[in-house]
Amino acid sequence: MAKTLFEKIWDQHEVTRSDDGQSLLYIDLHLVHEVTSPQAFEGLRLAGRSVRRPDQTFATMDHNIPTDNPFVVSDSIAKRQIDALAENCRDFGVPLADRSSAQQGIVHVIGPELGLTLPGKTIVCGDSHTATHGAVGALAFGIGTSEVEHVLATQCLWQSKPRTMQVELNGRLAPGVAAKDVILALIAEYGIRFGTGYAIEYTGSLLPNLSMAERMTICNMSIEAGARAGLMAPDEVTIGYLKGRPYAPKGEDWEQCVASWRELTTDVDAVYDETVVLNVSSLSPQVTWGTNPGMGGGVDGVVPHPEDFADEMQRRAVEQALQYMGLTPGTRLTDIPVQHVFIGSCTNARIEDLRLAAAVVKNRKVASGVRAMVVPGSKGVKRQAELEGLDEVFREAGFEWREPGCSMCLGMNPDLVPAGERCASTSNRNFEGRQGRGARTHLLSPAMAAAAAVAGHFVDVRQWDLEQTGGVADGTVGSA
Amino acid sequence: MEPLVRHKGKVACLNRVNVDTDQVIPKQFLKRIERSGYGPFLFYDWRYLENGEVNSEFELNQPEVQGASILLAGDNFGCGSSREHAVWALRDYGFRVIIAPSFADIFYNNCFKNGVLPVTLKGDSWSRLEPYFKGNERWMTVDLERQEVEICDGMVLSFEIDPHRKQMLIEGLDDIGLTLRYQRFIEEYEQEQRAPYQKVYG
Ligand code: SF4
Repeated sequence: MAKTLFEKIWDQHEVTRSDDGQSLLYIDLHLVHEVTSPQAFEGLRLAGRSVRRPDQTFATMDHNIPTDNPFVVSDSIAKRQIDALAENCRDFGVPLADRSSAQQGIVHVIGPELGLTLPGKTIVCGDSHTATHGAVGALAFGIGTSEVEHVLATQCLWQSKPRTMQVELNGRLAPGVAAKDVILALIAEYGIRFGTGYAIEYTGSLLPNLSMAERMTICNMSIEAGARAGLMAPDEVTIGYLKGRPYAPKGEDWEQCVASWRELTTDVDAVYDETVVLNVSSLSPQVTWGTNPGMGGGVDGVVPHPEDFADEMQRRAVEQALQYMGLTPGTRLTDIPVQHVFIGSCTNARIEDLRLAAAVVKNRKVASGVRAMVVPGSKGVKRQAELEGLDEVFREAGFEWREPGCSMCLGMNPDLVPAGERCASTSNRNFEGRQGRGARTHLLSPAMAAAAAVAGHFVDVRQWDLEQTGGVADGTVGSA
Repeated sequence: MEPLVRHKGKVACLNRVNVDTDQVIPKQFLKRIERSGYGPFLFYDWRYLENGEVNSEFELNQPEVQGASILLAGDNFGCGSSREHAVWALRDYGFRVIIAPSFADIFYNNCFKNGVLPVTLKGDSWSRLEPYFKGNERWMTVDLERQEVEICDGMVLSFEIDPHRKQMLIEGLDDIGLTLRYQRFIEEYEQEQRAPYQKVYG
């Protein structure tokens, strides 16, 4: 029978099926971080259980690590979670990239970077943005703390099979338009629930032209469309990206893997339960104006009027969002001033993202009254950026150059946006209070965030004359 | 998990309806990293006065119910958020059985995951029960095997329970324990299906 990529991976990992139709799925890789794991480990301890496959488990610290000095944790709860993870990993034999490790970083950045994330694997993590790993052709999804404990103990998870959806992305991106704009535009077009109950496979003529970093940005935000998993078939770009990564297979094993990865595509006559299409060629850079990732549009547009929406519920939601965001309908997006700029998160803190942002700020200065920071996604990204001199570019422009972590993406560490102030953010969620109580978040691409930092308000980065930075060969990130 | 087949224990009554999980365990105590040790914070805002002193009016602070392990509660017990902490707190305090005319869905499910038996006794049988637990004679036996609640003078009430969940408690199985019954399948999968690419995936 013809199968989709998703079905192939699913079927390969089905250990057994229960009478009520649930599948017991085998998990190849379990990624762990400090916030959603302590009670899971404690559960194991109370029941006298061990971690079934510590060799298929990998932990790091990211969510509440301070990014100025990771070793000085003033928040006592954060400190207890960090210490608990270290102790749990020691007690249960789980490998840990802690604060002093050269491999530490945001869990969804380091997985692919270290070559832990590989095509065909099932990957879970106690974090909703786990779909990021789907970019290499893995089936990856987020789980809750009791499921974390279940995977630790059994290396398996009971799941009911989601339906499949194809999201076809066609066309080419205009200069200045990024993968982030694609996913934001997709969610703005189809809404924040269209993926609910589905595993999304991204296809279309855009894909072969995207770098792995760009693919990860798109898969990362699948959850913002309601889908727990989003994946892309592996191709030569994927294989080139993974080759030589620290935990990737080597030598003959590598050849064998590559051969099997080439089979990981959707069969020509396989059918998806649903298909949606987006043409990306005419996209403008996107900026969100509301309080969910679907409330946004092209930077060349204006803040909408609640009356523009046909649906009563939607009208009310928009009204509320505009009130929270302090925006007046009809305001041009480029007239909205920003006080904070955050370049970071598992959506957009890879080396490619930093290169794009650096190209924008090079020989320019952050506008007065704007606090701007760059938080690299991992130690590997940070090292590579420093090798390329990007840190200097950012510092000279007036950006803060930080240590890796989730930082201002969710404000669990001290990096917060004060109430009523506006932040141009490359992260994935603009919910009320996400970056701090009363904080107003606008989601956009790294280049757009960088341009906003310089201008002090949103600008259309396509109108800027840019010089490329970087130049040190790709693929060295994470090889430490 | 500690199995529960037949449990004899002291009964405490909490005759309030719609007790929500925020009352069971107020949110300032959710920041802990453990799943044990919540007992001291159970019903915190009721147990303690604002100045931190013990509230002598509160039902569970009465001397005759100290050491109770069976809670006779009101309608719609455990409503509100899905926080599992509510069950952790009740269990840590010492409750193994909660009897109520009805429970909130998620709370009911969470009980089984933590070795706590929720017994649904319909309104009329519940009101017949309560008068028996006023003085010092507060003992009750809950027989899960027979699905019966026995009151000391020989009065017996029966209750319904899903057979699958009943078995879980009797055998002391939580969700993980249940999955571990498939251990053989998991091992076979690892050896047969996963082995070919195991060596490369490490
Ligand atoms: S960067 Fe943000 S979205 Fe990503 S894992 Fe961290 S907190 Fe979650």
